[in-house]
Amino acid sequence: MITTWFVLIAGLWTGYFILEGFDFGVGVLLPVLGRDERERQVLLTTIGPVWDGNEVWVITAAGATFAAFPDWYAGLFSAFYLPLLAILVALILRGLALEYRGKRPDPPWRRRWDRAIVAGSLVPALGWGLVFADLAHGLPLSTGHEYRAGPLGLLTLAGILGGLALLGLCATHGALFLALKTTGAPRVRAAALAARVGWPTTGLTVALLVALVDARSGRAAVATVVLAVLVVVVALALTGALLANRAGREGWAFAGTALGIAATVATVFAALYPEVLPATNLPVGLTVSGAAASPYALKIMSWAAALFAPLVLLYQGWTYWVFRRRIGVSGARLAERPSGTPGAAGTLGGSAQLAELRELRLHLRELAA
Amino acid sequence: MPALDLARWQFAVTTVYHFLFVPLTIGLAFLVAGMQTAWVRTGAARWLRLTRFYGKLFLINIAMGVVTGIVQEFQFGMNWSAYSRFVGDVFGAPLAIEALLAFFLESTFIGLWIFGWDRLPRRVHLATIWLVAIGTALSTYVILAANSWMQHPVGYRYNPARGRAELTDFWAVLTNKVTLVAFPHTLAGCFLTAGALVLAVALWHLLRRPGPALPAAGGGLPAVADDRLAYRAAARLGAWTTVLSGVALAVTGDLSGKVMTEVQPMKMAAAEALYHTAQPASFSVFTIGSLDGSRELYALTVPRLLSFLGTGDLGGRVQGIDDLQAQYAATYGPGSYTPAIPVTYWSFRLMITLGILAGLIALWALWGLRGGRTPSSRWLLRTALVLPVLPLAGNGVGWVFTEMGRQPWLVFGQLRTAAGVSPGVSAASVLTSFVVFTLLYGALAVVEARLLLRSARAGLPDESTPDDPAADEPAAAFAY
Repeated sequence: MITTWFVLIAGLWTGYFILEGFDFGVGVLLPVLGRDERERQVLLTTIGPVWDGNEVWVITAAGATFAAFPDWYAGLFSAFYLPLLAILVALILRGLALEYRGKRPDPPWRRRWDRAIVAGSLVPALGWGLVFADLAHGLPLSTGHEYRAGPLGLLTLAGILGGLALLGLCATHGALFLALKTTGAPRVRAAALAARVGWPTTGLTVALLVALVDARSGRAAVATVVLAVLVVVVALALTGALLANRAGREGWAFAGTALGIAATVATVFAALYPEVLPATNLPVGLTVSGAAASPYALKIMSWAAALFAPLVLLYQGWTYWVFRRRIGVSGARLAERPSGTPGAAGTLGGSAQLAELRELRLHLRELAA
Repeated sequence: MPALDLARWQFAVTTVYHFLFVPLTIGLAFLVAGMQTAWVRTGAARWLRLTRFYGKLFLINIAMGVVTGIVQEFQFGMNWSAYSRFVGDVFGAPLAIEALLAFFLESTFIGLWIFGWDRLPRRVHLATIWLVAIGTALSTYVILAANSWMQHPVGYRYNPARGRAELTDFWAVLTNKVTLVAFPHTLAGCFLTAGALVLAVALWHLLRRPGPALPAAGGGLPAVADDRLAYRAAARLGAWTTVLSGVALAVTGDLSGKVMTEVQPMKMAAAEALYHTAQPASFSVFTIGSLDGSRELYALTVPRLLSFLGTGDLGGRVQGIDDLQAQYAATYGPGSYTPAIPVTYWSFRLMITLGILAGLIALWALWGLRGGRTPSSRWLLRTALVLPVLPLAGNGVGWVFTEMGRQPWLVFGQLRTAAGVSPGVSAASVLTSFVVFTLLYGALAVVEARLLLRSARAGLPDESTPDDPAADEPAAAFAY
């Protein structure tokens, strides 16, 4: 039961980094790939309907950790106090920016929120990368599993490289997402950028994972094999993604970075197990069983997860299906109108076929161009 | 200032701030869903325009609620790690379930609602806003169950080996008698807040240009007349919501008082600054003098009211602070078990006063709107401008009362606030986060309030705009 919950929490973080990973990527790349206001609207509209739902994965991951491993939650969140503060501030600014930027038409207003989107996506990617690299590397802990070495002790080489690796992963993943979801110039630029950022990111991520896994000795042979396989999967998935991108197979490319991110998170969690807070100064840090909630609490949580998680996956999946269409520059043009004067929704009932026609026309126009 | 005090201040500031947006979000979700339902059922364009108009105010507000909410969840671990270790087994489950059950529902379907106007069939689209509203209500229930456990811990046992509380009966946690009264009380507060906002904005538009529409000259008249009809409908909806939730607040508040007297008698005594056990006990509307009970210059009191509030019996016995302090010292060891009396005394009164004022203003507006009339009083207009602030402040002081009245306990009878703070986080770190949050929240409050006012002032969206034939994404106009 305890191990199951460890795996479930790893799964929640995996979901978070796959989903919010491309949100962060889109945010970071906003000024790079969106050359004018219309293009930036296109980029933001790709994540508009889904970013909030994606962010709930981290809230659920934190909540599940609190419930299933209270000591882990307490130790982890108090140890990374200042990085988490930076992440929180960034997420606040980013969320508001995404929702508020379109509420006023004037360019200065939008420019300011654009900056918030970039910073608000950059900082969490760096921050979470630092947190997980430091975590896998281990921290000096007191016997009560409290970290007391101060904020500067968190700025390790592993942490900094971890931040850069996750930022690179998000940027690549986000660029491939945009290549998959847009049309025209942003699509072309996104694919080109994914190739440029993707290769160094793959190298850095794989090297860092090898170093983190290698740094800790005394593992069982099985664990070493599993970790080696996972790192190979990371390397293959990311390489495959970039090759697919080169071949213009955008769907496969995006699936490749998604798998690469999943395998990266899996490697970090597998490297931790059976600890959840490894200590650099103690023979054993905080372990899964030392951090776990009581069997009854875990049972309640398991029921809740079994009942509600499939439902969540179902309706979140449905959202992606509803908004599956690519978005083009002419598509986002209506947003030029002052908001609050939407198209007459009364006429929208029979507009499905009309929309299909428009889509078709759009494609033709693109082919002609 | 030590880390403990800074962490407490930070929690108070960030939580009260978060709760400026939460009630409005919850209440507006239901009211906007109601407006959209009215449009789907009647086909009347004014309900669609109202849905869009108040929907925009709702979205501006929910964004703040969402982003400040993450801070709440992280803060337990960051600033209160000892508390998290002690309660996680019990308190963590509601939090995780809140995210899994409520937050996913809200966040996913709000995206579908914003962007789905032209993508979803009309009724499916209507269902999305209802699911958002249901999500907010579920979230309210679960988080109140977590909070109520801190006021009145049930369904657990203390595990001395692990030094923590462990869950033994989740159903008992969900059906905690404090939760059962706190949920309807809080929800009524949410509806009061949203009703007051809907009413105030509609009144402002109705009264700003008083009198009937101009005589027919040009094509402007039908639109103006239709605007006024729409604002009238919104004003009536808002006023009725405010009045009815005011009544619900009084009833559920009364029930809460009785449960509180039973499970947290010290909080009730602190609400009245009642030092000596009294039978019957009177309720002071206000007191001038010192609150330590030694000097009372003037007090306006209602005889027997406190007895009734606390016990349901006009002659009931209400325990005083001094007696309870002695009892607790005998049970839990030496120390002070008395909350900060001036804070509890005045926040309790302010909460009630603000709620009553909002209800009375709404009644006044209803009187002005009776039988097809449109109110024209300038005084009503001026009052309408302060109306939305009253419930917002009322919710805030209500929570200040609830949480300050629990002190010195973090979990009543189990864990003191001083024992819950993170031992490894320095005062400098907490000071940093406190300053950062306070400055950031202050700046964002200005941005949000201005955007809200701007959008409220802009009035109903124009429904006559023809659909742009080149448009692929009409929904984008609404959202991004």
